[in-house]
Amino acid sequence: MAGFMAQIEPVNALADAAPGFVWRLEGGDGPGATALRPCGPDIMVNMSVWRSLEALQDFVYRNGPHLDAMRRRREWFHKMAEQHMVLWWIPAGHLPGVDEALDRLALLRRNGPGPMAFTFREPYDPPAPGQPPIPERASAMVIARSRMSVARSMLSLSMTSEGISWNRL
Amino acid sequence: MPSDLSVIALLGDPVRRRLYDFVTAQDHAVSRGEAATATGIQRPLAAFHLDRLAEAGLVEVTFRRTTGRSGPGAGRPAKLYRRTPAEHQVSVPPRDYRAAAELLAGVVDMLGGEPELQRAARSRGAAAGRSALRSDADAGHGDRLTGMLAEQGYRPYPDGPDIRLRNCPFHVLASRYPPLICGMNLALLEGLLEGAGVTGVAARLDPRPDECCVVMTPSKNNEH
Repeated sequence: MAGFMAQIEPVNALADAAPGFVWRLEGGDGPGATALRPCGPDIMVNMSVWRSLEALQDFVYRNGPHLDAMRRRREWFHKMAEQHMVLWWIPAGHLPGVDEALDRLALLRRNGPGPMAFTFREPYDPPAPGQPPIPERASAMVIARSRMSVARSMLSLSMTSEGISWNRL
Repeated sequence: MPSDLSVIALLGDPVRRRLYDFVTAQDHAVSRGEAATATGIQRPLAAFHLDRLAEAGLVEVTFRRTTGRSGPGAGRPAKLYRRTPAEHQVSVPPRDYRAAAELLAGVVDMLGGEPELQRAARSRGAAAGRSALRSDADAGHGDRLTGMLAEQGYRPYPDGPDIRLRNCPFHVLASRYPPLICGMNLALLEGLLEGAGVTGVAARLDPRPDECCVVMTPSKNNEH
């Protein structure tokens, strides 16, 4: 786990400088969002906002140090049986909360990819201005947001930091 | 759209094959004159064969003014040729290893089997490296490494002190499962270095658009 923790700050610095980066979740007494444990003590979360799906994808899969950390993820994290990453569009200027992200993740796990919650493998376009996607069970908060125009920001809650493998600490 | 077989059959002509190898090894789009000089043939013959390759989709065509001028009197833009990401495969009798590989990769990914895949890849790479060492024991480390990489289809080229790899042999899989396949590829290449006894060089992930994700860099402990 020390190997993972040592990479958090340099890789976060690369994200901050990456084209299309807007915001990432931080908080608690630790680097990045690692000390926040909204899903239980053994699950880390990682959440960020990007200008486009391509910008996010370029960072996740085509940035050397980030790709290298992903290559080594099984050294640090268990494979999660359930979907652990979700993407969705938000209105520009809005910063999502962890609860919103967890709602989207639940939606993805329940219904599979759709306009409200999707994956890299099955992406959806941002809603056209004034044309919200019809949500099935998303909260009222989400409906209100999706009615706003200029949905050009991308949020990913990627619990890439899955259940921590304590026996390898 | 011509069939993969007829496309590949075009490369049976040795002149076309030389032109194809030259164009696809370059980092830029090449002119007819450049390709003719590099392959030692006349320009009109090069133009004829390059256009056959382009019609079949083996190379791509772009146009660029080389004079730096524009507007009337600037002359026609030059026709340039460059490598394309399109893939062609032929197997006789028919085989479909790609579909099998995609299924297997998906399952390894689902099961979180990266460490096992990386171990298997490293040992496969090491076996290939040992075999290269046996057949080419006298070559210097650099030549042996470049030879092995070329033989495995990576299309290596020097980039300052580094060796970069123009071609990703696992392109389709790597774009679907980047951490899984790039991690496998890195382990293969690390194994290759070990098996071939190449020291002073380390493989690491440093993806660039349209190239292999691995770069070979001189390592710090290259004094011994």
